Amino acid sequence: MLDRMRSQPIAPQVFETEPVPHLIGGRHRQTGRIVFPLDANDEQFQACALPSAGTLWSYTIQRFRPKSPPYAGPESFEPFAVGYVELPDAVIVEGRLTGVAFDQLRIGMPMRLTVIALRTDPDGSSVTTYAFRPA
Amino acid sequence: MSGVYIVGIGIHPFGRSEGSSGLKQGEVAVRAALADCKLQWSDMQFAFGGSDASGNADTLVTQLGLTGLPFINVKNGCATGGSALFGSYSSILSGQFDLGIAMGFDKHPRGAFDPRPADWGLPEWYGEIGLMLTTQFFATKIRRYMHLHGITSESLVRVAHKAFRNGAHAGHAWRRTPVDLETIRNAPMVSDPLNKFMFCSPAEGGVALVLASERKASELGRTQARIAAVTTRTRPPGSFEVFAPCLDIVRGPSATSIASRAAYDMAGIGPEDIDVAQVQDTESGAEIMHMAENGFCADGEQEAWLAEGRTEINGPLPINTDGGCLACGEPIGASGLRQVYENVVQLRGAGGARQVPNTPKTAYSHVYGAPGVSAVVILER
Repeated sequence: MLDRMRSQPIAPQVFETEPVPHLIGGRHRQTGRIVFPLDANDEQFQACALPSAGTLWSYTIQRFRPKSPPYAGPESFEPFAVGYVELPDAVIVEGRLTGVAFDQLRIGMPMRLTVIALRTDPDGSSVTTYAFRPA
Repeated sequence: MSGVYIVGIGIHPFGRSEGSSGLKQGEVAVRAALADCKLQWSDMQFAFGGSDASGNADTLVTQLGLTGLPFINVKNGCATGGSALFGSYSSILSGQFDLGIAMGFDKHPRGAFDPRPADWGLPEWYGEIGLMLTTQFFATKIRRYMHLHGITSESLVRVAHKAFRNGAHAGHAWRRTPVDLETIRNAPMVSDPLNKFMFCSPAEGGVALVLASERKASELGRTQARIAAVTTRTRPPGSFEVFAPCLDIVRGPSATSIASRAAYDMAGIGPEDIDVAQVQDTESGAEIMHMAENGFCADGEQEAWLAEGRTEINGPLPINTDGGCLACGEPIGASGLRQVYENVVQLRGAGGARQVPNTPKTAYSHVYGAPGVSAVVILER
């Protein structure tokens, strides 16, 4: 479990954990089109909470450590899954996938947003990010 | 009828050239193109050129000659070559010029490209959590496509297998050793379902094309390659592009499909009239999806097409006859022009062991890249 006192989100206004973990999207003021992430500098969009659950739209496995910068994960690398999740009546969002064996991933499987540690530093503090896990 | 023709072609071999800068490779390509049509740099009335990561093309006047010609630098990602060609074509079509040159070159470091989120209008966290990779885009796009249209991994294998076989016969290709099916099937994954033989690598190389008005081309006796269409398009609503943190649920066409349609309209012909095609094959799946996006077949038909060898050199529609990006690598600024170079070779009947039988009369090329841009060129003999 994450030590909430000593964890910090990767960036503000990307996700929230209460009442349940969800992403913060942007709703176009005129057209209603929903995007992610919210661009706080774009006045055409107002913040909106995105649905927490959806279905897996596509996925892949990241087999090699991405270059740093920009990647800010731990030095020691374990392959991770990445995918797109369709949040009903909202938008399809990209994110990391967690809590599932790679060979169990299937397009269409129900997924739910969660928060994971991107990395935990030696002092025990961690940087968190959002991810989708099987619902 | 005021057509525009490609009268001279030159290429610096793709791959790795230690000690030779990207600019130098561009210069070599220019000299080769001029020699091909027996013209001098001083005959060139304008130039368009560029690279993504290897400097300003117009500095080449130092080496090529201070003739005072207008030289427009192009920096348009993967469409750099296509945009240079578009500019050159339009300049001649305007009637203002009779002769000019389009060039593209690049030299990238080894390994995956390492783009910065801010350059693509994305927040830093997108890269920090490990999503800033073109490989993920291609893998998720083909995964979805395979699911929807019944394409199997064996088709991905077949595309890579064909690329290395064709590349073996292309003097300018980088990977010139055929790889057997079993080796490709069992190679380690890079980004599932794509393995290491299914992705092209950043590379080096340069290409130059001399363009001429109809009058000038006739005078030179070099009318084998008329430009029937050249189009570039950016992404439409609902497309699926590189570096997309979100996608609209209502799906739409792609930059490729709208560039392709516009090119067929411009040329006054359809995909059934094309004799040979070079399509963007950043990875095996891209060639498969681009076969449909460019109108050559319906979604899902690629599975049978590849099994039947329809896109082989001696098939009904040969695709990527020089091995494409998979065999040549991808120097971003040069890649689109490499396809056009190969098409001119095919229209001239000069392809040697990779020559499409019965010298093709029409040739199609398509380049695609981030952040959702496509360029299509149709040539006719």
